[in-house]
Amino acid sequence: MKAIFKKELKGYFLSPIGYIFVGVFMLLSAMFFLTGPIAYQVADISLLFSKINIVYLFLVSILTMRLLAEEKNKKTDQLLLTAPVSIPEIVVGKYLAAMSVFGITLAVSLVFPITLFLFGQPPVGEMIGSYVGFILLWGAFVAIGVFISSLTENQMISAVATFGVLLLVYFMEWIAGNFSNPILFTVAQWLSLLNRFYDFQNGILNITNIIYYLSVIFVFLFLTVRVIEKRRYS
Amino acid sequence: MEMENYNKVHPTDGDAVIEIHDLTKKYGSKKVLDGINLKVKRGEIMGFLGPNGAGKSTTMNILTGYISATEGCVTVDGEDILENQKVAKKKIGYLPENPPLYLDMTVKEYLGFVYELKKVKKEKIKHLSEIMEVVKINHVADRMIKNLSKGYKQRVGLAQALIGDPEVLILDEPTVGLDPQQIIEIRNVIKTLGENRTVILSTHILQEVTAICDRVTIINKGKIVAMDTLENLSASIGEKGKYLIRACAEKEVAEKILQSVDGMKSIHYLKTLEEGTSDFVIAFCDNLDLRAEIFNAFAKAEVPLIEFKSLELTLEEIFIKVTTQPKEEAKENESDI
Repeated sequence: MKAIFKKELKGYFLSPIGYIFVGVFMLLSAMFFLTGPIAYQVADISLLFSKINIVYLFLVSILTMRLLAEEKNKKTDQLLLTAPVSIPEIVVGKYLAAMSVFGITLAVSLVFPITLFLFGQPPVGEMIGSYVGFILLWGAFVAIGVFISSLTENQMISAVATFGVLLLVYFMEWIAGNFSNPILFTVAQWLSLLNRFYDFQNGILNITNIIYYLSVIFVFLFLTVRVIEKRRYS
Repeated sequence: MEMENYNKVHPTDGDAVIEIHDLTKKYGSKKVLDGINLKVKRGEIMGFLGPNGAGKSTTMNILTGYISATEGCVTVDGEDILENQKVAKKKIGYLPENPPLYLDMTVKEYLGFVYELKKVKKEKIKHLSEIMEVVKINHVADRMIKNLSKGYKQRVGLAQALIGDPEVLILDEPTVGLDPQQIIEIRNVIKTLGENRTVILSTHILQEVTAICDRVTIINKGKIVAMDTLENLSASIGEKGKYLIRACAEKEVAEKILQSVDGMKSIHYLKTLEEGTSDFVIAFCDNLDLRAEIFNAFAKAEVPLIEFKSLELTLEEIFIKVTTQPKEEAKENESDI
């Protein structure tokens, strides 16, 4: 697992993907920071955080698009699958590499709250909650991306499909609002990953929400493992 | 020096290190492999031969645990490749048909990654430099793999298979796409490596089998159609005791001399290639060796024999014969061998 993790992490920065992801994130979030808290002279950062979610929404699919699709396409999966490592190790290694690049951007984004601390009194609880929420929410989205990447050999298909699914899940709450059927409404609500993020943003670390996100991550990584395993038999 | 550590002696008690039982693989309703049974002895170089699409790569992919069989099982040194994956896979080095290379890594980075992936316990720098020396890629160690020629890529692929010093090497068409000089070099490397480990090598280049393999398995349409040493194969499939002779005499004269020898099964006049000579294909009755008698008969008649050669089949002929014979016959042959 360590070998895969290291290779993937390096791979992000051997190709332009890592730089584009980190660079574009920094550019956009800095722009939102300037046009938000700075322009309005407020220490309320929740405005910025909701914008950061939008930035990730557009960027996360490039983080996961090649993870498994490219291995299949270049037939390098032959090396991984015939080496003495288990499939869960491969999948988790790749997942953690993607999360690390995500983590880099998240760490960089700490510069915004720190700036606010220098000049004001932003609410600490909400800030910590938001960051925990970011990790869980986007951890779940990255797991979905990894899963989609395992379904295809084509990076572009993987990226577009991931983006589509993320967009759908992202706006699930709004979609749910259009359902008059109470069962459909509840199901759609339950599928809305973003719905549970607001608690974190308000500084509430609710254990059921944490378990919810961890379960989503687990389920999609598990499905990824199954997809790879199943390919052996087809 | 580089080979010293490398050629660590594996036990060579001649037992089977790879056993394949009733291997069947279906893609949908298409049977790609149909009841393959195969044992590979420790320390031998087994050539795996077959026309394109015969099932060579599929067999190798199953052997290495990359894909699963529909039925049947594979054990490597007693370990089932699916049930005891980690242990079994550690014993195998695999070079697939397309070497699984990460093109944007340097050779060194790539081998380092494989080293970590396989969780090798040996001292890293020494182990890797030994391998790079064996396959002669030291001087490209810091180059990006995408900038290497096909031959070097193939070598890097071979190096990857050698990491961890596995007991069994499985090489899928290792010399495809190389120039003749490189082919010879790679073959020599494989030969050296095969001195103390088990090698299974697939190819459709027949020379290659003649050049390096101890034993050959011929596979066609998912079935094993022949499996033996080269000599035995040519003896059992070819007609033993058939010879071509060229005598310096007219057809009738030579024919008469041949007819005077007892125990001839057939005398068949071929043609006259050189002026004043005639060629015959002759066969002896069961188990007789009449070569000396024939020579003496011609000597007595003072007719010089200028050519006398066995017509045992070459590998090419065997190959064509076993891969084109009708199914029923192939089955018979399989059980014979």
